[in-house]
Amino acid sequence: MASVFTLTPVRAAFRAVTRAAVPSANEFDEAAWLRGEALVETALSDRPARVRRQVVLFLRILAVLSWFRFGRSVGRLTSPQAQRLLAPLERSPLLALRRGVWGVRTLAFMGCYGQEELRRAIGYAAAPRGWEALGSNQGAWPDRGGDAPPESGVLTAPPEGDRHG
Amino acid sequence: MDDVRADVVVVGSGAGGGTVAQRLAPLARAGRRILVLEQGPRLLPQDFTGDETDMAPALYADSGGFLTAQGTMTLAFGQAYGGSTVVYTGTSLPAPERVIRAWSVPGLEHQDLLRRTRRYVDENNVHLLPDDEINENNRLFVRGAVETGFEPHQFPVNVRGCKGSSLCNLGCPNGAKQGTHQVQLPRAEAEGVEVVTRAEVLRLGDRELLVRVHAKPPDGKGAEPEWRPGEYRVRADAVVVAGGAVGSSALLLRSGFGAGLPALGAGFTVHPAFILVAEHPRDITNDVGHPKSFYVDRGEEEGFVLETCMYFPFVTAKNLTGFGPDHEALMRVFPRLQMILVLACDKAVPQNRITVDARGAPVVRYSFTPAVVDRMVSATRAAARIFFAAGAQRVHAPPADPPLLERGDLHALDERISARHFLPGRLSISAAHLMGGCGMGTGPTDSVTDAWGRVHGVPWLRVADSALFPDSIEINPYLTIMALADRVAEGLLEELT
Repeated sequence: MASVFTLTPVRAAFRAVTRAAVPSANEFDEAAWLRGEALVETALSDRPARVRRQVVLFLRILAVLSWFRFGRSVGRLTSPQAQRLLAPLERSPLLALRRGVWGVRTLAFMGCYGQEELRRAIGYAAAPRGWEALGSNQGAWPDRGGDAPPESGVLTAPPEGDRHG
Repeated sequence: MDDVRADVVVVGSGAGGGTVAQRLAPLARAGRRILVLEQGPRLLPQDFTGDETDMAPALYADSGGFLTAQGTMTLAFGQAYGGSTVVYTGTSLPAPERVIRAWSVPGLEHQDLLRRTRRYVDENNVHLLPDDEINENNRLFVRGAVETGFEPHQFPVNVRGCKGSSLCNLGCPNGAKQGTHQVQLPRAEAEGVEVVTRAEVLRLGDRELLVRVHAKPPDGKGAEPEWRPGEYRVRADAVVVAGGAVGSSALLLRSGFGAGLPALGAGFTVHPAFILVAEHPRDITNDVGHPKSFYVDRGEEEGFVLETCMYFPFVTAKNLTGFGPDHEALMRVFPRLQMILVLACDKAVPQNRITVDARGAPVVRYSFTPAVVDRMVSATRAAARIFFAAGAQRVHAPPADPPLLERGDLHALDERISARHFLPGRLSISAAHLMGGCGMGTGPTDSVTDAWGRVHGVPWLRVADSALFPDSIEINPYLTIMALADRVAEGLLEELT
């Protein structure tokens, strides 16, 4: 287990990325931000130190670029501004920049969609009880009819040369 | 350091290790000591919550996000009692005859693999789900595939009492999936095989393993390890390595076997994959029911396979290209989403291989060849056609820029979905079929083992997992791993009895 990771030094940049990635994060209260960031911090605590260093470095680079591009701190960027900051980097000819955007936006998604509240808000409803929780299973499949797709050969002795055995 | 003596040590408890453990159980019953060392935890029924951020760290190496050295693809492989058989969808297909023929491994016959495969079809309750358990995510795939001229096949799956939680990749919360954690390992343990979890094999010497047993983290999932935490020197007459393609290759490399085996770590293939998502004009059943019930196999003709799939919100968000309003708009209609997994049949090439760093940790080098890129692009076009034929109103295609395609784009798919938009590092590409690194072959110059998993020049050492594949299997690999492991165990049994 690696040492505990904290977003504190780069929190403003991380929140800007999150607002760019998931605009409705603008509606987050402080508790929602902290819940999401706790998920990210826990996940990064388990990752190799090299990966954590890269995340922090890239967020610091974004903070610097924010001054150059918009003349304001990364923490004060609006969602559209943060999107305009990330967009050219995401399509950059430099792999390192593309990877950087991919990495931080992935963490932003974790901080949002990893939260039960947001999962419910988007209608995700998977449950261990499956069909039972839904009230019934799918029922008949009328349009399969006589046009049923062929089965794989695994369950029957296939003819010689059958592709799946 | 404690010393332990065993007759046979099996490293890993997944499709390979679990199969070997059960096949060696008669030896345990006869009084021989058979040890299985599993790096991951033994999870308990109450541990399976179905929450992706909760389960991924407990089930997968690097939470399922193990990055290649280039940082352009994530690899998902399980680390738990049962290995990756805990986290796959249970899809169980035999090896294609043409692939085994192309492998050209002397002594490896397709008919032999098929005979062994059938054993595990029966043992692990592989069957086709009935129609009423097929959700709309899968039905729409079938409809779209038929209408576009593809031939969909139903996946045989190894479930018993499936409730349709759709949470297969997070470990079945109902214990329905018949992986080695449910079938082979409990049977082996009942016969006297010892399974030690949280046991990391640091190095392998001459009939000797250096093992570190980790304590259960204070807030961690799973049972306590069977052995007291600490380091052990385990001596054994025979060792079977089945830690998965990455784990097995890395263990042998950091133990110095690469010096006499230049092919160690080579021949690594993965079926690189990404997810396509389509939006329908109405809600469909997608997050209930078995997620992966059908597939279209174009491996032989076009080098790709399309499979139904359904992932969880974070994984889905991660796999969509880009960010911002369009991305969020798609996530906001989750109940309307249909998903297809696109897999490319890659070929072993010299630049793609497993190595280790100075600490002995695995480093996976993988570049996308032009052929793989073309296959992923072709597969994406095919999947987009299937989606639209099934009634989707828009499709998110990773190798398109912008990635959202409307129905009006249908006539221009070849233009919109293009290799020029295949930007590694921007697209979310992942792989869960990790193969090779200890490939079978004729001798030590071009392979690591023979057709029975015996490491060339090391009579006490065998490999018994997907690391044995000398090239891609071009279909879901688990039954083939079990069939190969069955051979390895048979050879060992003959030697020891």
